Amino acid sequence: MKGSVPRRRLFYFLEGGLPRLVLAPTFVAILVFVYGFIAWTAWISLTNSRLLPNYKFAGIAQYVTLFTKEPRWWVAITNLFIFSSLFIAFCIILGLILAVLLDQRVRAEGFFRTIYLYPMALSFIVTGAAWKWILNPDLGLERLVRQLGFAGFTFRWLVDSKMAIYTVVIAAVWQSAGFVLALFLAGLRGIDDAIIKAAQVDGASLPRIYWRIVIPSLRPVFLSSVIILSHIAIKSFDLIMVLTRGGPGYSTDMPATFMYAFAFNRGRLAFGAASAMVMFLAVMAFIIPYLYSELRGTRNA
Amino acid sequence: MPDGGLELKTGRGPGLSFGRILLYVALIAAAAFFLIPFFVMVITSVKSMEDIRTGHLISWPRQFTLEAWIKAWGSACIGVNCVGMKGYFWNSVRMVVPSVILSTLIGAMNGYVFSKWRFPGSETFFSFLLLGCFIPFQVILLPMSLTLGWFKMAQSIQGLILVHTIYGLPFTTLFFRNFYVTIPDEIIRAAKIDGAGFFRILWRVVLPVSAPIFVVSIIWQTTQIWNDFLFGVAFSGSGSQPVTVALNNLVNTSTGVKEYNVDMAAAIIAGLPTLFVYIISGKYFLRGLTAGAVKG
Amino acid sequence: MASLTISGIRKSFGSEEVLKGVSLSVASGEFLVLVGPSGCGKSTLLNLIAGLETISAGEIRIGDRVVNNVRPKDRDIAMVFQSYALYPNMNVRQNLAFGLETRGVPKARIKETIERVANMLQIEELLDRRPRQLSGGQRQRVAMGRALARDPAIFLFDEPLSNLDAKLRVEMRTEIKLLHQRIKTTIVYVTHDQIEALTLADRIAVMNDGIIHQFDTPQQVYDNPANLFVAGFIGSPSMNFIPCRLVEQNGRKGAVLKAGSGKSFFLPVERPGLSLQQWLGREVILGIRPEQIAGGFHEQEGNPQIHEIECPVEVIEPTGPDTLVFVNINGREVTCRVNPKAAKAPGQAMKLMVDMSKALLFDPQSEQRIGA
Repeated sequence: MKGSVPRRRLFYFLEGGLPRLVLAPTFVAILVFVYGFIAWTAWISLTNSRLLPNYKFAGIAQYVTLFTKEPRWWVAITNLFIFSSLFIAFCIILGLILAVLLDQRVRAEGFFRTIYLYPMALSFIVTGAAWKWILNPDLGLERLVRQLGFAGFTFRWLVDSKMAIYTVVIAAVWQSAGFVLALFLAGLRGIDDAIIKAAQVDGASLPRIYWRIVIPSLRPVFLSSVIILSHIAIKSFDLIMVLTRGGPGYSTDMPATFMYAFAFNRGRLAFGAASAMVMFLAVMAFIIPYLYSELRGTRNA
Repeated sequence: MPDGGLELKTGRGPGLSFGRILLYVALIAAAAFFLIPFFVMVITSVKSMEDIRTGHLISWPRQFTLEAWIKAWGSACIGVNCVGMKGYFWNSVRMVVPSVILSTLIGAMNGYVFSKWRFPGSETFFSFLLLGCFIPFQVILLPMSLTLGWFKMAQSIQGLILVHTIYGLPFTTLFFRNFYVTIPDEIIRAAKIDGAGFFRILWRVVLPVSAPIFVVSIIWQTTQIWNDFLFGVAFSGSGSQPVTVALNNLVNTSTGVKEYNVDMAAAIIAGLPTLFVYIISGKYFLRGLTAGAVKG
Repeated sequence: MASLTISGIRKSFGSEEVLKGVSLSVASGEFLVLVGPSGCGKSTLLNLIAGLETISAGEIRIGDRVVNNVRPKDRDIAMVFQSYALYPNMNVRQNLAFGLETRGVPKARIKETIERVANMLQIEELLDRRPRQLSGGQRQRVAMGRALARDPAIFLFDEPLSNLDAKLRVEMRTEIKLLHQRIKTTIVYVTHDQIEALTLADRIAVMNDGIIHQFDTPQQVYDNPANLFVAGFIGSPSMNFIPCRLVEQNGRKGAVLKAGSGKSFFLPVERPGLSLQQWLGREVILGIRPEQIAGGFHEQEGNPQIHEIECPVEVIEPTGPDTLVFVNINGREVTCRVNPKAAKAPGQAMKLMVDMSKALLFDPQSEQRIGA
């Protein structure tokens, strides 16, 4: 037996503290660098800081300015909505269709899947650089199509302030559709074969089976996809910086590039902080309910 | 797997039915959509600028040349320095390796505690940690800039390593915790009864079966950190910029003649490491992608 | 080898009380079985004995030591789990050695112990294999070997046979019994299978809902169950419970049974030391095991405790050695165990002999056995 009772108790006490000790550095790091920093940004957004932080409380003036006196912010928000809806819609449609196609017991399925997914391994900067060249107004797509015979074809979206945002959609969908494909394919593979067979025995036709049984049972995958794609959309910064730099002018500005421009380039810390806080709150608004329901589910399971 | 599939597939007749042919055509068309941009990058990078000016996106090079590649690596002008991508490439390497190792090791320990050594409050802490996967980083950029300045790490590779390690922790912890949860609790109980404590159980029971999740974590972190741009552009200076920042500067220079072939070569240089990791890691890459998405 | 004493154990998980005051004692070398349905608290009790959970109230003693606050590794116990819990990355030899290595046992001793244990359990050829290369029965032996190697004061078994198929289960049961006879260690064994409990135990603790309903030898628990729960849980097929009224006929006290056909029979209940005076005229529950209702018994002539009744047969279930005949008495379905040749077809009336010498009476309100 190990020594006396008090000594054993000390040993137990030290050993019992180990798990907490191990987590302590991460705890401190997250406390400071995530939640502490968020609080700091929140506070700064309530001040008048410009080039340097000043901690004097100034109310919600920055937010008021942001939403009422800054037309560029509304451009950014509008772009965000346009981009997000198109990005999410196309990714899901393309991802779902490809998943259904790949699920048909195709030969070389692994080969196709590798091809559809490789863009995810690239940085948005690399993707952006590539598409910037492909959609180049003089030497890119326009010239290619023209040289293939369609003399009057124009494609100058990249430098057209009304259409530039759609080039961002194209590049983003190209990069991310594979991810949605992977999720849907996993979901399709998880469907119980017996249910399909029962439906076939019941006389249901194949399109009907897909429509009434398969796709509804993919609902959780739809949800996960939308959540994650929305998250990617709100954070969009890299792609825009390289593809259009927010331009022409600021016609492809998005909240992330807006924030960077004002906080880092134009010396308006509080204003940039306010825009960052709006982004943060927007993301939390849908992530927190989603995480809550997911964690609840797995805890009860 | 659904037995019938779409109408496209009949599966009963010998050889290829019309539906099957349509299926493969669709799949190949999609493959083309994904491959053509890369093809364009490669082919542009081996043409001369004259070729580019007279040809089009997918025209075959009249003459193959590696000029653009040599220039991209060693002498392309990025901002005011004309030293090519080489230095920035190595910056990225120096930034990625320590960050991946640190965040993975710490994440493994955290995951072990969260799954097998729970205590009151640990699950709550885990939820808060998880949230860290989802915050838009805009909200920590400003305070982090200031903090790095205080620690005299502004615009340095060490600063980038610190940043990437910390914000990688939620992901690596999630990977390891979800993986370790699948180790039956009874095995840990048996080890406790056998007399093993915290570290012995980790060393002799848990780590020996952890190879798959180490691979997933390393692949995920390497890809994420190498491909990052936001932290790179916010926290690096001219001596410490990673390859993504350099590429962006190169592609968006407003001075001088635009050399698209160099741009493309540089882009491929920047993208090759993670592409390589992707190709050799196969299913592990996929596991990392779906690990966080499918389960909370 | 040590004794185990449990006094007044309570355990709550949050607001749910799982163990509500449990006390028992196990003598050194004794084989105790904790038996009960899922959720009765038996596994929780085992975990408390092992030290894997902390007690909410009460005391546990191993030998003379109070071990309430002692960690599992210091309690000198070994445990065999339902899923065997073998270390997947180690081979059998390393699995067996693990507990000894953590205690700093010298290498020579470890080698010796492993040889001895492997020999005892006949797993010598398996020593270099990994768990995933072993069958269920082999894994079970290795799990027991791991426990044996430690030579602890108390062995704990948590439903070790539940994951095996029926035939293997019977074989392993016998092996465990032989092992106990040979090494005479103190064993606490948890199972939900009452047959395992009856065959293995020196004493059984029947549990339900966090309390011990009866703590006695297997034969006592079988013959004199303390209440309806124990009576119904032990024995398969389970005891018949027939609601009836206690009346007096011809100076004898007994129950009136009405068969499905409408015919009534009077069955006297007479057991030495059983006083039924205050129960006259009251509703009681008559408990008779299926094997006490048969087509006929040896030497039944002149036996005052064996009586004849006649009932229409509702369903029959041949089981090989017997046929189970289901009849209706007092509105309840009653199971009888008859010789296959004597069984009549459904719908026909059948004469059955009832052996009342082992019949029991229960109070419908308290569910306790009358005369307990």
